[in-house]
Amino acid sequence: MTHFAAVVLFAFFASIVFGITQRETPRRMIRYGIYCFVLFVASAIVLSWVMFLIAR
Amino acid sequence: MRYSQKCMATEENKNAAPGSDAQPGPKSASQPASQQGFVYLPLIVGWLVPGGGHFLLRKWGRGALLGGSILAMFALGIAMQGKLYAGAHDILDVLGLAGDLGNGLLYIVSRLAGWGADQVMVTTADYGTRFIVVAGLLNVIAAVDAHNLRTGRKS
Repeated sequence: MTHFAAVVLFAFFASIVFGITQRETPRRMIRYGIYCFVLFVASAIVLSWVMFLIAR
Repeated sequence: MRYSQKCMATEENKNAAPGSDAQPGPKSASQPASQQGFVYLPLIVGWLVPGGGHFLLRKWGRGALLGGSILAMFALGIAMQGKLYAGAHDILDVLGLAGDLGNGLLYIVSRLAGWGADQVMVTTADYGTRFIVVAGLLNVIAAVDAHNLRTGRKS
């Protein structure tokens, strides 16, 4: 399993739990879950590039 | 002398609609079966069995999604040869053990079955260790959510 695949799986399952537990209506749960998923994956990509550039 | 709460400024009277003649008192008769009994039961069941607290409150969909997600994260962690913390030798081990214990029965069964690695030998095992710890922490969040549903803090 690649690091990116692990990040996507982690973000997927954690976002489901965050969505259900942090919001009250199903519509808001879905929206918050998608929001968390995008933030997880996007922040992982950005931080990866930052670390790559620092390490050069 | 007997005092009536009917005209007193209790929380129930303040929340009652003006002019309503609702009698304050025990609500157990009007509460559904899922709202009766020990108030911490969904919290404890939710901790022991992922999603169990929501099942107890008849929130089938939420319980299935929470239980499935936590179980999948834990299973992926074990499949990646993640480490199950058994003792607390330093502060990081204490934190890892606390996270692992959040998995409830999953952690106990895995320890008894000898699943998980004792040492992190490969890169994926490091990911797996984090998956197991985070699954435990998410399970605690789910159990607290079940408790909030039970107490009415969340609908």
